[in-house]
Amino acid sequence: MSDPELIDIQEVAPAEVGEVDLYQRREKIYTRKIEGFYQRLRLFTGWPLLLGYFLLPWMSWDGRQAILFDLPARKFHILGLTFWPQDFPLLAFLLIISAFGLFAVTVFAGRIWCGYTCPQTVWTSIFMWLEQKTEGSRNQRIKIDKMPWSVEKTTRKLAKHGSWLFVAFATGMTFVGYFYPIRSLTLELSTLSTGMWQAAWTLFFTLATYINAGWMREQVCKYMCPYARFQSVMFDQDTLIVSYDERRGEQRGSRKRSADYKAQGLGDCISCELCVQVCPTGIDIRDGLQYECIGCALCIDACNSVMDKMQYPRGLIGYTSEHQLQGGTTHWLRPRIIGYTVVLAIMVGIFSYTVASRIPVELTIIRDRNQLYLTTDNGDIENLYELHLLNMDKHPHDYLIQIDGIEGAAIVGDTTYSLEGGEVRTINLRVRISPEHLDKPSTALQFEAIAQDVPSLRAASESRFMRPL
Amino acid sequence: MTSFWSGWVIVLTTITLILTTWVLVANRKREQRDTERTTGHVYDGIEEFDNPLPAWWFWMFALTIVWGIGYLIVYPGMGNFPGVLGWTQINQHDREVAAADEQYRAMRDRYLALSVEEIADDPAVRKMGARMFGNNCAQCHGGDGRGSYGFPNLTDNDWIYGGTPDVIKATLVNGRQAAMPAWDSILGDKGISEVTQYLLALNGRTADSVQASEGEKHFATYCAACHGADGTGNPLLGSPNLTNGIWLYGGTPEQIAHSLRAGRNGVMPAFADTLSEDKIHILTAYVYGLNK
Repeated sequence: MSDPELIDIQEVAPAEVGEVDLYQRREKIYTRKIEGFYQRLRLFTGWPLLLGYFLLPWMSWDGRQAILFDLPARKFHILGLTFWPQDFPLLAFLLIISAFGLFAVTVFAGRIWCGYTCPQTVWTSIFMWLEQKTEGSRNQRIKIDKMPWSVEKTTRKLAKHGSWLFVAFATGMTFVGYFYPIRSLTLELSTLSTGMWQAAWTLFFTLATYINAGWMREQVCKYMCPYARFQSVMFDQDTLIVSYDERRGEQRGSRKRSADYKAQGLGDCISCELCVQVCPTGIDIRDGLQYECIGCALCIDACNSVMDKMQYPRGLIGYTSEHQLQGGTTHWLRPRIIGYTVVLAIMVGIFSYTVASRIPVELTIIRDRNQLYLTTDNGDIENLYELHLLNMDKHPHDYLIQIDGIEGAAIVGDTTYSLEGGEVRTINLRVRISPEHLDKPSTALQFEAIAQDVPSLRAASESRFMRPL
Repeated sequence: MTSFWSGWVIVLTTITLILTTWVLVANRKREQRDTERTTGHVYDGIEEFDNPLPAWWFWMFALTIVWGIGYLIVYPGMGNFPGVLGWTQINQHDREVAAADEQYRAMRDRYLALSVEEIADDPAVRKMGARMFGNNCAQCHGGDGRGSYGFPNLTDNDWIYGGTPDVIKATLVNGRQAAMPAWDSILGDKGISEVTQYLLALNGRTADSVQASEGEKHFATYCAACHGADGTGNPLLGSPNLTNGIWLYGGTPEQIAHSLRAGRNGVMPAFADTLSEDKIHILTAYVYGLNK
């Protein structure tokens, strides 16, 4: 039966996808040490970050730790600024900006966060370096793991894990030092007199670092980190990726250096597998863009060193884009990048303005819950209020409480209160009004606290004044 | 919990534990024997492979069961069984209170060794006192201590029972029970009205002089025993001064007449059982300091 309405169906073979076995054992990755441009570049990005991480808690500012997230006191000190729980929207906003910045960088240059700055990568490379120093090169490490236990093997393993634990401990202690004054912490840890929680968290972060950077390594990136899974949403055809130039490299195969490989029908790839051996996540970059690739560019260094030896041009594996791989050029100025940059600039601008113009005083008012109103002997009406005045400034101030909104309203008792820097004061305030000024049973009443020495330091809040019906 | 409900909880918990363990173990497969086999569940053409549970997941689940059993042994959970630790919310609270007392005792002892006058101006005492006052006293006397109808103002230096530190402390510890009798049946409407006029005159307010002079006689007969011949009160009896314009139950003629007619029985509760000695000492200093 032939039906002219029927459309021919074309069988399309699905793209080849690597078989993922969910039950596979992890194969230990022995990375080969490689030196090169990108490896050195990472040293320059990694060291400042590491030094910053380890040294920042030791800095002082105004007689206190420069960066201290004081959880028991609910105050975050960052250099000259002190953030209170009320400032938490700022933190949320900062995290949103950071995430947005990460996305913008990803659109532009792929996963350079993963390859150069992510703590998982940085600490893993420190641990790999220690491994290299204690157990030797890739081949030596494979040999050591295969050989039966001996004095040498035990010594080398002990040295490795000892050095790992040392770095992990320094990391864990420093981390806790951001939350608990690090000078006391180190002193207390050295005399074994620290509190239970400080000790427990130091131990936790020591173990977490040891396990993550020593044992888990690429598994964190492959199975636990969400970023790898949604990178494809942010990548476009002009995003910089670490990629193998298939058109130049294939047909891959070994050859003599002197041989005319083109005549043999071979491409530039000599199948030395060096790019696979240096990869910290154990993938073969020649299989194309993979979610496991953290963009560390070590395979570029490896391949370039081989290309130099073979006297072939560099860049068989390199930073490139999909457009470039297809023979086109990479478009740098594209709407996505411009859009991200503009939005990011606006967000950073708003954030900086908000932080800079933050008024470090807050006033909240709760009406007294015992009596709606009181009547004095001469017929005046009184209401009681509980004011919470937060002087979030570092310096002490005298605050004047003013009320407004109802004619003839007067505060009974003190109107000026001296608050220390960072003090929260509960003020019980009584307001008296003659009933002739009260048209309604409930009238809005504005309160304002004004620092007497800095008039811009003020906070207002509204409550209600009740009279008998 | 009655023993029936206790048993009910124990039986249900045990059955649940056993069933959970059975489901977990029954679904345990060590090997991936046949990757093509499905569970037979099909939805929208999507089939479910019959693969073994991931080992980490299985052991995590097993661990939660073990944890649960351990928890039920250590903590209360199995009906009325109190758990080997004997933990209750109440004894945890008591422990925390005891720990806090221990922590602050040294500081409070330091204040206890000093007199009320000496510590009344101490900023720490004022802060602690204000919090204790807010928790224990503000309900009646107002957050600012200025009182309200029926509850005296503690800031005006007018004291019904006296304002020395010792008396304030005695008031806090033992409480006070005022007993102003009702005079309705003795004085009658006319007598009440006359005494009211006399009290208004005593405070320098406009009053009917004829009624007031009659009232003065009633006052000397019935009221002076407690409030004194001149009406200035007697702190020992807790009878207020009636000449200073401060009226605990309101100063309008109607309110004064009502107090006379029906009597007043104000109660200040005793805090000896609620607050410890050192806390009462600090609270005394706070209240004493309100009048400066």
